Amino acid sequence: MNLSLLLIVPLITALGILPAKGLKQVRAIAMAGAAVQFLLCGFLLFAYLQERASGNTAAFLFEDDYSWYAALNIHYHIGVDGISIAMILLTAFVVLAGVLVSWKMEKMNKEFFFLLIFLSLGAYGYFISLDLFTLFFFLEVAVIPKFLLIGIWGSGKKEYSAMKLALMLMGGSALVFVGLAGVYFNTDVNGAHSFDITQLSAVNIPVDVQELFFPFAFIGFGVFTALFPFHTWVPDGHSSAPTAASMFLAGISMKLGGYGCLRVATFLMPAAAHEYSPIIVALSCIAILYGAFATMMQTDLKYINAYSSVSHCGFVLLGIGMLTKTSIDGAVLQMVSHGLMTALFFAVIGMIYERAHTREVARLGGLLKVMPFISTVFVIAGLCSLGLPGLSGFVAEMTVFMGSWENADSYYRIATILSCASIVVTAVYILRATGKVINGPIVDKTHLSFTDASWNERLAAGLLIVGVLIIGITPFLLKDLINPGTAAIMTKILGVIK
Amino acid sequence: MSYSSYIALIPILPLAGFVLLGLFGRKYLKNASGIIGTGLLLVAAVLALYTAYHYFFVDGKVGDQYQSITAFKFTWLSFSDNVSIDMGIVLDPISVMMLVVVTFVSLMVHIFSLGYMKGEERFSTYYAFLGLFTFSMLGLVVSGNLFQVYMFWELVGVSSYLLIGYYYDKPSAVAASKKAFIVTRFADLGFLIGILVLAYYGGTLDIGTLIQKLTQQQSAEFLAISTASLFGVSALSWGLCLVFMGGAGKSAMFPLHIWLPDAMEGPTPVSALIHAATMVVAGVYLVARLFPLFTLTQASLTVVTYVGLVSALIAAVIACTQTDIKRVLAYSTMSQIGYMMFALGVSGYGGENGLGYTASMFHLFTHAFFKSLLFLCAGAVIHLVHSNEMKDMGGLRKFMPVTNICFLIACLAIAGVPPLAGFFSKEEILLAAYNSNKLVYGEALFTSGLTAFYMFRLYFSIFWNKQKDFHHHNDHGEGTMSMKIPLIILALCSAGAGFIHFGEFVSSDGKALESQFDPVFSAAPVLFGLAGIMLAWVMYKRETDKPQKVAASLGGLYRAAYHKFYIDEVYLFFTKKIIFNLIGRPAAWIDRNVVDGLVNASANITADISAMIKGLQSGKVQAYALYFFGGIVTLAVVFLYWWK
Repeated sequence: MNLSLLLIVPLITALGILPAKGLKQVRAIAMAGAAVQFLLCGFLLFAYLQERASGNTAAFLFEDDYSWYAALNIHYHIGVDGISIAMILLTAFVVLAGVLVSWKMEKMNKEFFFLLIFLSLGAYGYFISLDLFTLFFFLEVAVIPKFLLIGIWGSGKKEYSAMKLALMLMGGSALVFVGLAGVYFNTDVNGAHSFDITQLSAVNIPVDVQELFFPFAFIGFGVFTALFPFHTWVPDGHSSAPTAASMFLAGISMKLGGYGCLRVATFLMPAAAHEYSPIIVALSCIAILYGAFATMMQTDLKYINAYSSVSHCGFVLLGIGMLTKTSIDGAVLQMVSHGLMTALFFAVIGMIYERAHTREVARLGGLLKVMPFISTVFVIAGLCSLGLPGLSGFVAEMTVFMGSWENADSYYRIATILSCASIVVTAVYILRATGKVINGPIVDKTHLSFTDASWNERLAAGLLIVGVLIIGITPFLLKDLINPGTAAIMTKILGVIK
Repeated sequence: MSYSSYIALIPILPLAGFVLLGLFGRKYLKNASGIIGTGLLLVAAVLALYTAYHYFFVDGKVGDQYQSITAFKFTWLSFSDNVSIDMGIVLDPISVMMLVVVTFVSLMVHIFSLGYMKGEERFSTYYAFLGLFTFSMLGLVVSGNLFQVYMFWELVGVSSYLLIGYYYDKPSAVAASKKAFIVTRFADLGFLIGILVLAYYGGTLDIGTLIQKLTQQQSAEFLAISTASLFGVSALSWGLCLVFMGGAGKSAMFPLHIWLPDAMEGPTPVSALIHAATMVVAGVYLVARLFPLFTLTQASLTVVTYVGLVSALIAAVIACTQTDIKRVLAYSTMSQIGYMMFALGVSGYGGENGLGYTASMFHLFTHAFFKSLLFLCAGAVIHLVHSNEMKDMGGLRKFMPVTNICFLIACLAIAGVPPLAGFFSKEEILLAAYNSNKLVYGEALFTSGLTAFYMFRLYFSIFWNKQKDFHHHNDHGEGTMSMKIPLIILALCSAGAGFIHFGEFVSSDGKALESQFDPVFSAAPVLFGLAGIMLAWVMYKRETDKPQKVAASLGGLYRAAYHKFYIDEVYLFFTKKIIFNLIGRPAAWIDRNVVDGLVNASANITADISAMIKGLQSGKVQAYALYFFGGIVTLAVVFLYWWK
């Protein structure tokens, strides 16, 4: 299968939106594009599994490699392994659901859908890139439209949030760039500097180079995935963004960071990853607990989910920082799981906001009476967040815990126990919000006239719930998919730990 | 018929009910929901009974020992070569017994609810949740993998949460459901870490393999887990005590019991099923499931014994003072589970030493019948009186003869009056305690007197005493047939279940255990029981001022017990004052003001600089975007050519 199709479809969709007239045409094209892409991703999964079943054990499949800028040895080198496919599938789910919940977007709809599709293009490109420069290029593509989405279609102090998010992510990107450039200039692959991930992983980057540049790359990517203390763009950014943008931001954008930490920082510089592991573990442990406690005090639904994302993404970084096979599996599972779950949560918060025009917990109540479907979705998203078995969150968190516990050192043990403790705090904030917003008496008489979800909202929620359930009930499917990828990363790590 | 061909249906049928009613119940099935749910459960219960027959009488026994049979198993999620979560069904005496208890009581509750919940707005949702609960509980009892136990453990927790909060617009019900979930979640944190410890040293999550490895004193795993220690306590004891913490949370043991009385906010049949007969005994079941491991370390058994003992006593004392009939029953449940717990604690492994184990499981079995019966009777009473308070009741025997007789049978059973079921099981527990620890025996004996007293206080206050004004609706009187039939069936079980020679089927090592019934020994508990009943008779049969006088004379003790020893207040102080005000609030404040403040400060400095080139700031977001794009392109171009 030609992976470039994954870029061509969104590109055509985005361009197709430009001449369209009126909301109906625009959303029809966006919807068609997202649906085609969704099917394409399904086909990619199918093709990948077939390849693997037929005995192809190459690290990356469906590779394509064109020299893009020979002077710097920059290539358009693409290929996928199980981890990338998992992330691509996640993107397809979230984008399709995002288009569906934006069905009634009135304001500047053409630009809105254009940017949304364009964002997804960046994400797809990022996940298939095997060249560091190309990867960085797509990372930037996935940043800039967010600034506009929040600045134009956002709510609350949107200009502030948009600027903050853009600046912090740009700052992160700058760090990433330093890290990548450092790797590039200090390695010698067949007599030349190289950006190529497959080539770089085959050579051993000198340890002093790793020590110097790993922090740049890791912190840079970490900013995207809410690494403490660079997480403060998350609450503001997510809360000001329009629903679909929040879904994308938390669902996919934060995963760009986690994926980078794993695929680039850890995979290429395992010795430094090992060395800095205690710091990574400490920071992620702080993010997990501190995020959870901060969530407990929030009064706005979007802030609740945003802070809880800080906490949940902490598990991704914890899994990576623990450097065991199981914990890294857990990190990847958590990326996919959290992506789906948080998109679902933001979608349902958007649905409530659209009707009630408030996200303040205190001003909502008893919604189950008037909107049984939306309320049920809210409860499912909440239960997934607090790690109920049968939904995806449980599988991912438990894998991270099991993997973390394999580190017998008492420092890591304490970190693991503290992280485990977050499951209690999570239950507290989720149940508080649910108890107030969904249950209890109705607080506002005008809420009695609310209508339940429309077909597009049902479809969007249903899609994400199916995703959450598939991982929750049959986790072995996803685990088997990502296994060769994480095994390859683990081989590199074990090579330096010994 | 081999087990594998049908056994999975037992949990799957209730699950199918949940999915079916959850998706289509509200819109399409409506009133048919009850019949569908009950029908599915009837099939499951028949299959469970068939399984029990087959296991106990046909092929469960090899030689003189009951075997553990793995009916099926598949790897659900593997962590490493040996450590994986397997989903499966394991049949052994206790899991088969639990299959019968869970499906049977659940069936009774399903039938009872047809009448009790009739006309409820969310009738089909109710049956969907009952299905979910039954599925989860069945999944829990047949688990052969520690993590499978944990998963279903969480699922029963959430079903309980959903059912306690069934009356979702009632703030007290919502608060109770939250409390139940969070308190048990806290306990489950211990369970989870316990699993991590055991799995790490044992190198497996499979319970059978784990027991096999650790019970061999020479195995590398046993040496590792018993030599590793923290604060002078071995990793084995830590692991088991942490697992027990989970069990104590679910089984409402002191000091994690505070959620159970509040959980009575749920519909009464739910209390009968979840908070009397099945879910709350999960902790006992968990200890029994891992019993060979518990016997390896005296420390963990001691913890189990004393937690059980303290819970049994405290709950019995509190039960004597409560006025809400469901709360009395809730404390009574806690007290009886305490019995089961310390029975395990005083037990040893194998042969005669395992008497406590058999007794505990026996009591679990008989308690399921008489306690669910008590709750269902209470439900019938509440249905008629529309109040939970004892003061609104009295003289009801004239209005509800069937309920009266059934409630009396259950009270006699729990009070340990021969020859009802509770007598035999409690008798065995006391004997096991007597053989091992006289202090435990003495306290248990005293508590059994209290039990008889508070149960008959309840009985006389409801069915005798002075008749109160209540707006009874003659149209439903004692309730429909569907409400009476389960009462009668359960009453028969409460009366007769004690005659089963339980030790022949369930024992710590699978070999038959002879009943050690001794009429001389049983005289003491029976006398204590009768004394309790007499006392209640004197105080509550007629309306007198004796209860008030006694309460007044007890003074502080009475007030403390009435206020449940202020344990809730301690928790409230801890959560509100410490967790929220000392951790949560500062975390949120620091994030907004310190961490974010630093970020913003650095941005402001940048902004000041950029103010010098103000001309570029048009204030239009679109224009900013253009600059961004332009800047990136420029940077890229510069970068590419500069390095050339």
